[in-house]
Amino acid sequence: MQLIEGEKEKILACVEEILGSNSKKQEDLIPILQKVQAKLGYLPGLAMEKIARGVGVPAADVYALATFYNQFRLNPPGKHQVKVCLGTACYMVGGDITLESFERRMEIKEGETSPDRLYSLERVACVGCCTMAPVVVVDDEVEGKVTPTRVDGIMLALQEDNSKGRREEKSGQEAGEVK
Amino acid sequence: MTKEGLQKLYEKLKDDANNIIKKAESKPRVLVGTATCGVAAGALKIRDNFLQEIKSKSLDVDVVEVGCMGHCYAEPLAVIDKPGYPPVCYGYLDDGLVHRLVEDFLGGDDPSYEYALAALERNDVFPTFEDFPRGVYEQKLILENCGFIDARSIESYISRDGYSALVKALNESPEWVLDEIKKANLRGRGGAGFPAGIKWEACIKAGGNEKYVICNADEGDPGAFMDRSVLESDPHLVIEGMILCAFAIGAEKGYLYIRAEYPRAVSHVEDAIRQARDKGLLGSSILGSGFSFDLEVFQGSGAFVCGEATALVNSMEGKMGMPESRPPRLASHGYRGKPTVLNNVKTFAYVPMIISRGADWFKEIGTAESPGTAVFSLVGKVNNTGLVEVPMGTTLRQLIYDVGDGLPNNREFKAVQIGGPSGGCLPEKSLDVPIDFDSLHDAGAIMGSGGLVVMDQDDCMVSVSRYFLEFTQHESCGKCTFCRIGTKHLLDILTDITKGEGDSDTLQRLEELAEDVRDGSLCNLGKTAPNPILTTLRYFRDEYKAHIEEGRCPALVCRDLILYFIEPPKCSKLCNVCVGSCPTEAIFTREDGLKEIDQEKCVKCDNCLKACPTEYNAVVKLSPPVLPPEKEKKTK
Ligand SMILES: Cc1cc2nc3c(=O)[nH]c(=O)nc-3n(C[C@H](O)[C@H](O)[C@H](O)COP(=O)(O)O)c2cc1C
Ligand code: FES
Repeated sequence: MQLIEGEKEKILACVEEILGSNSKKQEDLIPILQKVQAKLGYLPGLAMEKIARGVGVPAADVYALATFYNQFRLNPPGKHQVKVCLGTACYMVGGDITLESFERRMEIKEGETSPDRLYSLERVACVGCCTMAPVVVVDDEVEGKVTPTRVDGIMLALQEDNSKGRREEKSGQEAGEVK
Repeated sequence: MTKEGLQKLYEKLKDDANNIIKKAESKPRVLVGTATCGVAAGALKIRDNFLQEIKSKSLDVDVVEVGCMGHCYAEPLAVIDKPGYPPVCYGYLDDGLVHRLVEDFLGGDDPSYEYALAALERNDVFPTFEDFPRGVYEQKLILENCGFIDARSIESYISRDGYSALVKALNESPEWVLDEIKKANLRGRGGAGFPAGIKWEACIKAGGNEKYVICNADEGDPGAFMDRSVLESDPHLVIEGMILCAFAIGAEKGYLYIRAEYPRAVSHVEDAIRQARDKGLLGSSILGSGFSFDLEVFQGSGAFVCGEATALVNSMEGKMGMPESRPPRLASHGYRGKPTVLNNVKTFAYVPMIISRGADWFKEIGTAESPGTAVFSLVGKVNNTGLVEVPMGTTLRQLIYDVGDGLPNNREFKAVQIGGPSGGCLPEKSLDVPIDFDSLHDAGAIMGSGGLVVMDQDDCMVSVSRYFLEFTQHESCGKCTFCRIGTKHLLDILTDITKGEGDSDTLQRLEELAEDVRDGSLCNLGKTAPNPILTTLRYFRDEYKAHIEEGRCPALVCRDLILYFIEPPKCSKLCNVCVGSCPTEAIFTREDGLKEIDQEKCVKCDNCLKACPTEYNAVVKLSPPVLPPEKEKKTK
């Protein structure tokens, strides 16, 4: 995914800070990746290369770890993150149909982020509230009994939020200009 | 330190804890269940709501967060403990009910029993959970405190005799602890049921003075969450169990491998470790005994295979979590190449009670070969979903119909899936199988991770097998060929079957390959991955045949084998609900006013079927996907 302006510097600074000054071993790799992801929201290629140099292992090893473990993501999270539960209970009542509906509406596949970085879509295993199946986590809020029609409702609310954000941004800029 | 000195030190800890707890309990309290399951159902909002309502009425009431009580079906839940009344549990909370409880019960004197689920202590006015059919069969050992104590206060654990087992052990000897665990025949709860005492003994025999204790809290089954609940609701129980193990084997360092997707469990455990250290229960020379042990959390990054013991250790060492062939076993060559004991969360949780109450007490519970209890997360088509704990030997029927209160809406039982992706599906005729390691194994399922999914006639066995295979195939680490390529082929065959493709040899090929993968794989991921297929083939072969031979999915699930159809005689011309519900505009109104589905555009999302008002119920699913004849004529 294309880096946006100023992102490169941010990534490098973040990795540098987490690597710190003392030397790192293979054993520290996973905790380092976890920290970097916690800070940046994902693991950009640039960060993985820098971590590899810092720890003294081939970049391919870092990439291997990042793709082996489900926790790590290689795409930046969208402004709105939707996670569809495909745990056993949710799958049995049509979680996959719900996921498909989101894919259709967002025009991305599971695991991807939309090019404008407004949405990202993931699947997760059991959120722990199987009674409410099928379950979707929208920006850390759990929504239960999400049928494809509710998907439309959720998307509308997110779109509304996006355009509100844009309006505020605009009026903020205008206010700034007046100053 | 002398025995008396230790005892005194503990008495002091306990007195302090009791004072704090007594003071807290002298006030009315609201205990809100905020384990992950509660939070998902909105418990944090309920907590804030209580706080707000209490504040606005200027009441002197504490709001405490507790873990999971196991009654997940009624989430969000809270207990109101007001002096002078039995503590009462309320479920299905919403803003209105919170308002009412604060006003009438906390502010007034009406416990609003009409909204209560049960009382927590015996009393003359209101039944307790033990009075439910469920209570008769349930026996809570591991889950005893879960949901009733403040998981983030070590005092609430100590005031319930927490850490007294540790004191008892320190006063005895490591050999005594080992002996007691061996006598109790405590079998590992991580799936395979290997006796913990024998594992510990092997680790002692391996010698050396650097040893490790690791708690496996990876919990990779996508539909189970007992380990998480225990760690979130009663972390000190597991910590005490680990200290006891360390004492028995002579380890100075231990780790809890918790998956990073469990942030609440991680933070509760880290808090608990800190508190235990502050009280001298962890760290150097525990309670002045000269025995030192410390704990740390390692956050796993989420890979099912990392639950496997050797893969877990590799992942802790910063490598990819791939299993190794054994021997050497972890007991001699574990973490950093040193002797290591690795047990499941629940296995450790039994240790303190066995030490306190004795091996004989433990052996009286459950069956001779599998003493103790079994913990399940009960989900699917069953009324009382949630965490349940029953003595080993309870039958599946009792578990589903008495503890779980049967299937909702009088639906017909079809199968129960036990043990998650490594487990199997059992049919009605196996319902009288007692739950213990060996009986389940003989029936084709395994105890496994403790996920238990109840299925009814609307669930397709082929599709369920495919679901689990998709999971294991994705999670296969790729080290050995049978698992890497075999599961892929199994998945492909199953996918074909869900599309109605296949010939007379397909099932035999599927079965043979499943057996080969079972026999040829390196670790138990591959060895058990075919279980869902093998058991469904054994018990539900006809259903597979219907897919292949007739292109029909009897449960009307497989989407390539069904179509949606609006039955003209049932359709009310006046209603437009289905048209509005369709995400792809596949439903249109015909000239005669009836609705019809354009099969080309239909994505089979089930919306119209759900949307069609129950008085009409005009939308039906048909399998095989052929339109009724007169209908076809008309569309042409
Ligand atoms: C693919 C796979 C996944 C496993 N996942 C877990 C797990 O999530 N938790 C667990 O305790 N054991 C898991 N196990 C079993 C462990 O390998 C090991 O047997 C167990 O943790 C030992 O603890 P116990 O003796 O207390 O049962 C898994 C095994 C395999 C093969
Ligand atoms: S399976 Fe989705 S919440 Fe449990």
